Order: sequence, then structure tokens, then C-alpha cells
Amino acid sequence: MTQAAPETPPVLALEGVSKSFGAVHALRGVSLRLHAGEAHALAGENGAGKSTLIKTLAGVHRPDTGVVLLDGEPVEFHGPADARDAGVAVIYQEPTLFPDLSVAENIFVGRQPRRSFGRVDHRAVRQAAADLFRRLGVALEPDQPARGLSIADQQLVEIAKALSFDARVLVMDEPTAALTGSEVARLFGVVRALREQGAAVLFISHRLDEVFALCQRVTTLRDGALIASEPVDGLTEDDLVRRMVGRDLDELYPKQDAKIGGVALSVRRLTREGVFTDVSFDVRHGEIVGLAGLVGAGRSEVARAVFGVDRWDGGEVEVDGRPLPPGAPSLAMAAGLALVPEDRRAEGLVMDMSIERNINLTGFASTSRAGVMRRGAERSRAVDWAVRLQVKYARLADAVSTLSGGNQQKVVLAKWLATDPGVLIVDEPTRGIDVGTKAEVHRLLSQLAADGVAVLMISSDLPEVLAMADRVLVMHEGRLAADLTRAEATEESVMAAATGRGRSAA
Amino acid sequence: MTVTTDQEHRARPAGGSGSRKLLDTVLKVRELAIGAVLVVMLLATQLDNSDFLSQQGIKDLLLNATILVLVAVGQAMVVITRNVDLSVGSTLGISAFAAGDYLSGGGNPLVAVVLAVLLGAALGAVNGLLVSLGRVPALVVTLGTLYIIRGLDSVWVGSRQITASQLPSGFAGFGHDGLSVIPYLALLTAAVLVCVAYYLRAYRGGRDLYALGSNPEAARLAGVPVRRRILTAYVVCGALAGLAGALYLARFGNVDSGTGTGYELTVVSAVVVGGVAFTGGSGTVYGAALGALLLTSINSVLPSIGVSSVWVQAIDGFLLLLAIAVDRVVALRVADLLRKRAAETRSARHA
Amino acid sequence: MPDTTVKPPAAPATGSRRPGPRLSGAIRWDTAVGTLLVVLLICSFSFVDNFGNALNISFLIGNALPVALIALPMTALVVAGEIDLSVGSTAGLSGAVMGALWNDGLAIQVIIPLCVLLGVVCGLINGLLVTRLGLPSLAVTIGTMAAFRGVAQIVLGSNSVTDFPQQYLDFGSGRIGGTFIPDAAVPWAVLALVAVLVLHATPVGRSLFAVGASQQAARFAGIRVKRLKLSMFVATGTVSALTGVFWALHYASARYDNATGLELSVIAGVLLGGVDFDGGKGTLGGAIAGVFLLGALQNVMSLVNVSAQSQIVVTGALLVISVLAPRVGRQVAQARARRNAAEDPPPAAPPPS
Repeated sequence: MTQAAPETPPVLALEGVSKSFGAVHALRGVSLRLHAGEAHALAGENGAGKSTLIKTLAGVHRPDTGVVLLDGEPVEFHGPADARDAGVAVIYQEPTLFPDLSVAENIFVGRQPRRSFGRVDHRAVRQAAADLFRRLGVALEPDQPARGLSIADQQLVEIAKALSFDARVLVMDEPTAALTGSEVARLFGVVRALREQGAAVLFISHRLDEVFALCQRVTTLRDGALIASEPVDGLTEDDLVRRMVGRDLDELYPKQDAKIGGVALSVRRLTREGVFTDVSFDVRHGEIVGLAGLVGAGRSEVARAVFGVDRWDGGEVEVDGRPLPPGAPSLAMAAGLALVPEDRRAEGLVMDMSIERNINLTGFASTSRAGVMRRGAERSRAVDWAVRLQVKYARLADAVSTLSGGNQQKVVLAKWLATDPGVLIVDEPTRGIDVGTKAEVHRLLSQLAADGVAVLMISSDLPEVLAMADRVLVMHEGRLAADLTRAEATEESVMAAATGRGRSAA
Repeated sequence: MTVTTDQEHRARPAGGSGSRKLLDTVLKVRELAIGAVLVVMLLATQLDNSDFLSQQGIKDLLLNATILVLVAVGQAMVVITRNVDLSVGSTLGISAFAAGDYLSGGGNPLVAVVLAVLLGAALGAVNGLLVSLGRVPALVVTLGTLYIIRGLDSVWVGSRQITASQLPSGFAGFGHDGLSVIPYLALLTAAVLVCVAYYLRAYRGGRDLYALGSNPEAARLAGVPVRRRILTAYVVCGALAGLAGALYLARFGNVDSGTGTGYELTVVSAVVVGGVAFTGGSGTVYGAALGALLLTSINSVLPSIGVSSVWVQAIDGFLLLLAIAVDRVVALRVADLLRKRAAETRSARHA
Repeated sequence: MPDTTVKPPAAPATGSRRPGPRLSGAIRWDTAVGTLLVVLLICSFSFVDNFGNALNISFLIGNALPVALIALPMTALVVAGEIDLSVGSTAGLSGAVMGALWNDGLAIQVIIPLCVLLGVVCGLINGLLVTRLGLPSLAVTIGTMAAFRGVAQIVLGSNSVTDFPQQYLDFGSGRIGGTFIPDAAVPWAVLALVAVLVLHATPVGRSLFAVGASQQAARFAGIRVKRLKLSMFVATGTVSALTGVFWALHYASARYDNATGLELSVIAGVLLGGVDFDGGKGTLGGAIAGVFLLGALQNVMSLVNVSAQSQIVVTGALLVISVLAPRVGRQVAQARARRNAAEDPPPAAPPPS
């Protein structure tokens, strides 16, 4: 393996790092070398271990085995502050802002410029923030509170924060997921400038074209292990996908033909002020409809409103021709609706509760008699579905938090399939799970559709959407921007609509 | 209050810093509203009873408020970090007795005050360590230490009592006298208030308290020394409760094992009425001080307009409920407005 | 301590909590408290003079009953992740209203239902403020704690009412035959059975645990979180009002400051019994054991002439220990798991393709 700059040691490196959380081996002996003046891409599917790797670089996690090297010397980061002081700036996928503080303060928390007697120089803080925003070319007010910023604006504040301490190493975990085309271009300009000034950049993106546009090297992870680390030159997107997925695409996306029946879910002019506007679509029995769009485009919010977790301000929803009252998940369930939510850990599962209790959370009617629970019925319902979905567990009484991400997702699916839904909404069904389980989930969705279930699949994983969906809806800034048939839907057409470049938005 | 804020804002053209101004307005209005209620209440009472704001009347108002203001300032620091300290009443009691015990043995007044402050700080440190290292809910832990400190106090004090006659006359004088209408105690309290407010506003440590109350996880990622800051807040809170204990001794000259019992609820009420949110990250110590002043003033106002003192507790309770309910409604409206404005500016920018 | 400050937290602070506040692996906290109660009772029978006679035991139970009564709905409330600090004031208000109405010449058969109704209203006030406005229950119930007590003071002033009908007073303080069981213990036992059934064997109970462990996940599973919480606040208010009536009869005195500080005893007992303050964990059996452990401890300490003041210290220390111990245990378990994980060789990586 040739180094980009063999004469100098890498600015920051990992050597043979492993890290586990309970039963989950997030990283297994991974090495990574970040050189000054080089943009390095980290590729891998959801759940491949990228986030854990980043948190190790950021000092949030300490490796179980292996070392972190700074300028060739082993270091131990005792916390995020250590990593920051060593010049490592990290932009996380989820913005971590302080809603009560101003945007300027958010950028400089813990390291505000000071005047005499150690007092914070508020004017300098404001000035520096304004300079950063000018450099990024964004129209944010330094004095504005962070509360109420859109996700894209929050992401920009995070980027400004990273820029503010002239980092030697800049780590970006999907910074572009919520950005539009022009914002991405501006961000790339800033990153290139930083790189030319000698910063090392670690870049993570699901959009492979961005990897090729920005980076010189790419390291691929799969299921927590290092697969390859190589120059980008000479690689094709297909090569990269093969390394990430590790198997044939047909096997990963087993799409069966299903007979498309009558309309199961009908959404008409659904609006929630400031979140999404005038959304109308149908999902038919036997159909898998993909719902694509950038993060923050309002996809999950539509799903939550349809299911009744959030209220809607206008429009209507019908299930099998019967109108659904707003804001009542229990009635939506009674009508045959099921929602596998986006955030598995916070919304899909009660993490501290057992597998059995989680699966049975949706089935009190069938496991109780005269208002008293029947232990036998509870147990058999849980065992039945856990076995059907091949959940790997030691005991049903174990907390779901002890399971791996893939098995957790199977428990969520079991919980909902046990209600025998006519309409299944899945929000990011394969985020954070290993490739094997991912294929299983796809096979399951495909099978459900073949059995006549109407499936609405929200996903940021474009290959997944394109391979699995019979029809693709695309949202852009709270509106439905395109409704594409399987034949029309390509990476280009979907991305064009998602970033507002499509014409159909009118 | 809510309505006027919203209308004011709609009348203004949507400028770039509009939302910040909106928030500023709301926050200022919050403290202004308390101030206005206070002034109106005092003036109305004065009209009803012209002796109310006599020189002695003003002095009494200030004296009554000083001790609560001190403890409320400390409590505000803790509440800003999304925690709470229920043991302040017990801390105040035991510090007051410690200072009194030392003075009645012929000690130096200044040393006595320092002693009370140190004792309070030590007890605050215990709370802080339990909360920050043990990572246990602050409410339960400080409820426990409320019992423990009160119990230890009772065991130590027994049926003894410190009375004014046992104290050096200079010390008692310090508790009553002042520069014209302003008592020395009020001056000392004001000085502490200004110092704490300045620390919270102009020092990294102070800003960190707001940051970690606003979003603890983000604070950790930003490298804020979370445990040390929480510990600091508790130590200051304890120290101020200790100082309040010494001032209590100077003012009333009378301390026994029951001193400060039930004080924690009044303090929490004052802080919350003053606009320091239980959810952390917002509010100022000036607000907390105003809240304390309001609560103690109600206690003085009711008797002088001929209302029975049995109403005091009910009014305190309803005031607290009103304050948190109004805060919540305002916060929901502001969040709604900010969300819509963000959506507007974003689509405008990309149009 | 210096050691701990150096180490950063192993997992994100807001991340998943590992399951099981279990003591050294196998023994559950609530079982431990129950065992401790039994051991204390046996030791006291053997070694403490005047403990074992029927009169003392009936005192012990009678004094613990108000706490044990309110602990039933309070456990459900804490399991659901909320708390009600106004229970003592609600009981005091109910007693005060009872006294005032009795002075006005109303029949006691009318007064008691009115008091219960008052409890429903108090519970509704707490519950609606928490569920409709989304306020923290802690802040709300600190407010209503002062407000209800204040109203009680307005209603009854500093009077005390003692001349309730004799048969009611007898129920409040009497014993069944010559046994050690107070009359009021029987209805309590019935209520306790109902509460155990509801919390541990009905959809409502299952939902309460889910709501307490993760409100959001419970909502996404179709559980009507707000309605559930509101009904628990109402139940707590109602039982507190009943307790206020019992208190006035048991001590043959209705005053506005009846049951002051009762909320602290209830919460101390419930938490000592292993109910997690953050919600989602605990058993009613544990809570009841915790309440009676505190009650028995106080009784024994009084008998062996430990001053009331020292008893307060013990209560406080137990409260701190009951929240600290499970967490420390969990951290030790995590640290051990981490060490084990570090010693295991990493499993073989899949071959590069």
C-alpha cells in the first residue's frame, strides 16, 4: 500500500482498533491513516461502523484494543475536549446545538475569545461568527438563537464551528445529507480550501458522486471490518458499491413481482404548517412505494402525521376508503396501519424492556381476557413472531438493548407485523443494520407486498429505493416534487427532484 | 403579555434578526412583567395604606427579601444546569446555628460569616458530587440530603437556641442598620447578585452552565467539563445558602433546630416565578432575585391591606403555577413562530 | 474519585441504559428490601422490648397506612415517569374540608364522598397541567402542594375539628377483635390487591411501564399516553383525599396542617422499594415493602430511644442509598463488561472481497 506522503507520518491514524457495545462488535481491528492535505472518504453501508470510528477519532469512545496515533505518536483522548485540543474537528450527522444559546455562542462554547480578567469578549464572539458565516456564504445572524433553526441551518452552524478552530483534521459525517446543491457546492469550496492549507479531511457521504468529486483516497468498512483502503483514481462507483455491499445486488434487493390491487392508503392535500404542504398520494395493495428526498424534506413528518403521532392542519387520509381521524395512533392501528419509525432506539423500541414486552406492546387486545393479561398468550405471540422473523436472541426476557441493530429492527418489524397490518409504513427500515439483515428485511418487505400489504418505504438509501420500489415519490422542502414510475426512477431523476432542480416541483 | 409580544412583532417588518429580537423581547418582558407586577402591587398598597412605603416600610421590604434573594440566586445557578437543590433550607439552618454557636462563644463576626459560607459550600459539594459523579436524579438526592442535614442539625442543636443576647452587638447591628433606607444586608446581597450575574454572563464557566442546561449531550461533545461545572453550581448554591444562614442570624438573632424548615419550596417558587425554567438553559439570576422580591413583598403587602396571612401560601402556590403555565405558553408560541419563520426564510433563500 | 474523573463515560450519557438494576447479578432490589423487612421484623421481635405486642404492631401498621395507601397510586405514577408532590397537601385539604363541612352540620355520609370528589378535582388539576400544557410534573406539583395547603388553611384557619362520630373514629383507630390488625388495614389490603393486579397484570399496567421507559416509543405503539397519565394523577388525587379522611379519623383531629411532609415519606418508601425515579422499572410489592421497612424502622428506633431527629437522618440516608446503589451497581457491571470485552480477542473479520 503506497502512502500519499510517505516521508511524514499521518496527522491522525488508527491502528488495529476494535470496539464493542455489549453483543455488538462495532469495529474489528480497523486501521485508518489521515494525511495532511488529503481528503479521505470513509465508505460503508449503514451499520458498517463508520459512526463508531468517527466517535473514536473524536475522543467520545475509547478503543477496546488498538491505538490512536497523532503525528505518529500514540495518544489517548480522554474526552471530546482532548481531541478538540489536538486539532480534530468533528461535524456529526445529527447537529448537536444548544437551543437556548445564540448561534455565535454555539460556535464558541468553551473557547470564547477573552478580554482582560478572563472575561468573555462577546463582541469578538459575534464578529468571529459573522466572519465565519461570510466565509461560508450563508445568511445567518450571529445573535439569532439556535432554537427553531432548520436542520440545514443547524448543519451550517456545525460546519462554522469546525472551521472556527482551524482544525488540522476535519471529520464530516454526512454533512451534505440535508443540504441543497448550491449549499453543497459552497461547502466543498471551503473544504478544498482547507485541504490546500494542509488540513486532513475525513469525509462520509452516501452520495458516491460526492466522494469522487472531493476525495483522493477511500477506505471501505463492512460489518465493522476494514475491507479496502485505496486511491480513488481508477475506481468506479460500481467497484465501491461492491466493496461496501460484499455480495451481488440481486441478492441484496430480492424484488418479487406482486399483483397490484385497489387503493389501500389515500392521502389528500395533507398539510402541517411549516413542515409539509399539500401532499397527496395513493398506495395500493401489493405495491411498494418509495418516498425519497433529502433529510429534512418532510418525509418522516408525513409518515408521522398519517399514523397520527403528529396532528395535521389540513387535508385527509383514507385507509381502504374509510377516513382516518387526525392525531390518533390507536385508531390508525385499528384501521390496519402500522409504522416502523425512523428512530429505532427512541421511537421504535422501549430499549430497557424485554423482547417479549416490546413485541406485545401492540397486541394487548389479543393477549388479555376480561382486562387481565394471559401470560401464555403473551409468550406464544412473542415467540411466534420472533421465530418467524428469525430474531437472534438468548432469552425473550432480555432487554432489546442487548440485541444488535439488525435484530432490534426485526423486533420492531415483528411488533408491527403481529398486528396483521393492511398498510405498512417503514421509515429508514435498514438504517444502521448489517448487510445480511438488510437483505432479509428487503425479502420480507417484498414478501409482504406479494401477500397484498401496501408498503410505503421512506429511505435515504437511493439504491434501496430504486431496487425495491414499484413507484418513487420524491419530496423537496415539504412538498411532493415528483411521482416517478419504476422505469422513470433513476439516481439522476430522483436527486434532481430532491434538490429542487426538477421541473415537476411546480 | 403573550398577545402583545406577538402583535408587536407582526407589526414589524420581518428583518434578519427579527427572531432574535423576538426572543429578547420575550425574555425582557418576562423580567419586566415581574417588575411591573411588583411596582403596581407596592403602589396600590401604598395608596391603600400610606404608611406602607415609609422609610421603615421600605427597609423592612428589603430586609425581608435579602435572605430569600441570596438563596434564590444560588438555586438559579443550579436550576440553569437542569438540576435542583432542595437541601438549601437545611443548609441555611445548620449554617446559621454554626455561626451563632461560634459567636456565642465569643468569636469574631467576620470569621463566623466565613464559617457559615464554608459549611454551606461543603454541603453543596456533597450534593454536587452525588449528582455529578453518581449521576442520580438531583431531586431525589437533595431530598435525601435535606433530611440528612436537617437531622444532623437537630441532633447537634437539640433543644438549644441562639438568641440575640448571646451575639455581639455589632453583629446584630449589622443585621438591622444600613445607609439611610438601604440595609447593609441588602447591599451585601446586591453585591453578590451582581457578581454572580456577571460571572454567568461574562465568564466561560458561566456560559457553560447555560450550555449544559440547554443540551447536556452537546455540552459533553463540545468538551464542556460537565461534572466540574455542575459541582461548581452546587458549591456556589450551598455557599450562598450558608451566607444566607449567617445573615439570617444577624437579622433575626434567633436560631434553633427548626430554622429554615420548608424554605426550599419558597426558594424554588421564587426562582421559577422569576423565569428560570426547570428545563434548564434559560433565565437569569436577576429574574430569580425579582421573583424572590415579589414573593416576600406579597407577604408584607397582605397584612397591610388587611388580608389574613392564611392567604399567603395559597397565593404563592398559584403564582408559581401561573408563572410556569405562562412561560410554557409563551415558549410554545415562540417556537411555533421561529419554526415558521425558518421555513419562510429558507424557501425564500432557495427560491 | 480521582480515578473516576479521569475516565470519560464509557457510553454516551443519553444512550441506552443497560438493563437490570440488579444487585450482584441475581438478587433483585425489591426482593432484597422485602427480605430486609422480614429480617428486621424477626430481629425486633426477638431483641426489642415491647415490639412484639399487638398494640405496638397495630401502631406500626396504623401509622404506616396513610403512606402505604398513597404509595399504591404513587408507584404507578413514578413507573409512568411522573411524580406528585402534592399528595400530602391534598390529604390535608381533604381533612380540612371534612372538618369545615362537619362544623357546618353536614352529615358525614355526605362529607366523605364530597372529599373524595375533591381529590378527583385536585388530581385533575395536576394531571391537566402536566398532560395538556406539557409542564414538568415536579414543578406543577410543587405549585399545587403550596396551593392546596394554602386553600386548606383558608378553609379551616387554625381550628382543629375533633368531634367526629364515634363509630367513624373507632374505624380510624380500632383493631379487629383483639388482634394486631387495624380495621382500616382490611380495605387497604383490598386496594393493594387491586393495584398489584392493575400494575402487573393488565394492559394498563403494561402501558404504564412502556410510557415510563420511553414515552415516545409508547406513543408510536398506539398507547394513549396523555389519557393514561391523567388517569393516574386522578387516581393519586382520589386516594390522597381518602387518606386525608382516614388521617383525620385515625388521629381524631382535622387540621389544615394534617399530613404535612407525607409526600416525602411516600416517595422515600417507593424509591427505597426499588421503583426507578426515571420511570419504567419497579414493582408494587417492592414499594409496599419499602414503605413498611421505613415504618418498622421508625417504630423500632422510637422503642430503643433513638431520637426523632436521628430517625430523619436514617430516612434521608436510605433515600440517597436507594437511588445511588442501583446506579453504582450498574456502572460497576458496565465496567466489568467493558474489561471482559477488552480481554476477548476480536472476532475474525470477514475476508476482503
